[in-house]
Amino acid sequence: MKIVALVKQTFDSEAKIALEGGKINRQGISLIMNPYDEYAVEEALKLKEKHGGEVTVVTVGPDEATEAVRQALAMGADQSILVNPGTEDIDEYTTAKILAKAVSGLEYDLIIGGFRAIDDGSAQVAGRVAEILNLPVVNMVTKLEVDGGKAIATSDIEGGSAVMEVPLPAVITAQKGLNEPRYPSMKGIMQAKKKPLKKIGLSDLGLDASQVAAKVKVLSYSLPPARAAGKIIPGEPAEAAAALAKALREEAKII
Amino acid sequence: MAKGILVFAEQRDGKIKKVTYELLSASKKIANQLGEEVSAVLVGKGVSALANGLGEYGADKVYVIENDALENYTTDAYTNVVADLVKQNEPTAFLLGCSITGRDLAAQVAQRLDTGLLTDCINVAVENGQIVFTRPIYAGKAIITATIPEARPVMATIRPNVLPVDEPQAGKSAEVINVSANVGSIRTTVKDVIRQVSARPELTEADVIVSGGRGMKGPENFKLLEDLADVLGAAVGASRAAVDAGWVPQSIQVGQTGKTVSPNLYLAAGISGAIQHLAGMSSSKIIVAVNKDAEANIFKSADYGVVGDLFEVLPVLTQEIKKLKA
Ligand SMILES: Cc1cc2nc3c(=O)[nH]c(=O)nc-3n(C[C@H](O)[C@H](O)[C@H](O)COP(=O)(O)OP(=O)(O)OC[C@H]3O[C@@H](n4cnc5c(N)ncnc54)[C@H](O)[C@@H]3O)c2cc1C
Ligand SMILES: Cc1cc2nc3c(=O)[nH]c(=O)nc-3n(C[C@H](O)[C@H](O)[C@H](O)COP(=O)(O)OP(=O)(O)OC[C@H]3O[C@@H](n4cnc5c(N)ncnc54)[C@H](O)[C@@H]3O)c2cc1C
Repeated sequence: MKIVALVKQTFDSEAKIALEGGKINRQGISLIMNPYDEYAVEEALKLKEKHGGEVTVVTVGPDEATEAVRQALAMGADQSILVNPGTEDIDEYTTAKILAKAVSGLEYDLIIGGFRAIDDGSAQVAGRVAEILNLPVVNMVTKLEVDGGKAIATSDIEGGSAVMEVPLPAVITAQKGLNEPRYPSMKGIMQAKKKPLKKIGLSDLGLDASQVAAKVKVLSYSLPPARAAGKIIPGEPAEAAAALAKALREEAKII
Repeated sequence: MAKGILVFAEQRDGKIKKVTYELLSASKKIANQLGEEVSAVLVGKGVSALANGLGEYGADKVYVIENDALENYTTDAYTNVVADLVKQNEPTAFLLGCSITGRDLAAQVAQRLDTGLLTDCINVAVENGQIVFTRPIYAGKAIITATIPEARPVMATIRPNVLPVDEPQAGKSAEVINVSANVGSIRTTVKDVIRQVSARPELTEADVIVSGGRGMKGPENFKLLEDLADVLGAAVGASRAAVDAGWVPQSIQVGQTGKTVSPNLYLAAGISGAIQHLAGMSSSKIIVAVNKDAEANIFKSADYGVVGDLFEVLPVLTQEIKKLKA
């Protein structure tokens, strides 16, 4: 079974964000593989272990995203493609168009990504890829089984979960709970260095920038106002609890 | 030419979701500034009775798309009928709630219509004739304003529970238009639906949330939070530590890899206030922390804090609130 995993490099979740020249300062930020994409890669590897086949990682990002790709290879993916769009002026539409074009040149039974990225977090890139490739999509999957040309996926829905059956090829996005991602082993890290990592640009995909031009225009960046620390209610637990109830009622007028 | 603001009227089990009213109120304001109309699209099976009520909240027109195949949400069927409606009506903007359904549908429709989509916005306004959206990025650590200058419709999903609902205008009705739609081919089959039955409000729509973390020490102690939730009409949430320990389901995790919530009141008990937890709840209006460690990070964001053992504080708090509410 041939599986494509969509992997994005994101800011570390601990990263402190600062602005520089009206934009987000990327200096000194440590970068990680999007945590949801770790679930995606892990699931792809488990399926490969069960059914045989190969896992190809596809990333759109700058050269430094190589690190996230290497991590996926070290976990056990077989090969990878990194498409550098050559500009930072991209949006979800751009990213999805590029990913879809890159994936369309591959053979695949399943495309698996994260349900959202923890940085720009628009939760739409994988769905857009499905739409462009005319494939069905199941988002926020917490359990996946693949069997004879179809997938059975349990996904989060409003107020519960649903079990969906979908013919392959399909796009699946991973929700937390799908699995426990493995850490790359020392051996895996060594092997990853020898695995194919194809770095390409838009023209290699037969795309020019105008075909994937962003639809969204960012007007301004700002930092949220810091929440001021409030008051500590003094006293023994029982006393403080009573004072808290009173403050919420009379001062905050919230209960 | 593109005209009007279209709102996705989300309903579940025959009830309109609150975010729909939030969307209608916001749309009314921007539509007035642009000199346009507000319409809503209501999709499902046996939902037409809900259409008229939307007029009171600001919809001038309601398109009703009913079909047996639309009873359960499927990405394919909903995308097909909604995208077709949008194509026919060419609104300037199409807005949805940032719920699980809204998010799923928005991405597919946006791509089918070759347009941009701003997700999880917390404000919408008109500036220089353009609709401008505000949205947090990097888990709330930065905020952008953005627009979609050319592509139409402008699309966005709006975070539930953030924008106000205007007082409904009793008796104001909407023009109801029944649309016969082609649901097209539905590639996914819904095999089973598992509902979490709960008398409590949904986390993302709740006015009050009481959350527990590792300090709860075990699943049985969540009873303390449930008792408090009962007197407050609150939803119960949790930190990732409590979820990963298997004490409570993933569906109630708040934070960067869980739900984003913005209730009027968020109470965190036995939660240290890690940055990834704050990401999911720092837009709450009032934050209360109960933690035995006076140095806990959560106190830096809390409006009210009680330093103490939650096992002593919570039961008294529940009793006191019960008394005040009596
Ligand atoms: C305010 C803002 C500023 C931006 N600035 C930059 C910038 O400086 N540089 C830049 O390169 N981009 C920038 N972008 C673009 C943004 O990072 C891309 O549109 C991104 O690829 C979409 O990310 P998302 O986080 O919304 O993905 P989501 O839709 O949340 O991601 C869902 C899943 O789709 C897949 N996926 C998403 N993105 C990629 C990817 N790039 N490669 C492989 N798989 C992917 C993953 O499986 C992921 O889990 C910016 C976007 C915004 C909104
Ligand atoms: C990529 C990534 C994503 C993450 N996403 C999330 C997320 O979505 N949501 C999330 O919550 N976390 C998330 N985390 C985890 C986060 O970093 C913290 O580990 C987690 O929030 C800690 O949970 P906690 O506060 O319950 O536990 P702890 O940090 O262990 O805190 C427990 C607190 O309880 C207090 N306490 C103990 N006993 C009592 C008592 N008897 N009375 C009163 N107080 C008591 C302690 O003083 C302490 O402050 C994420 C981490 C990563 C790396």
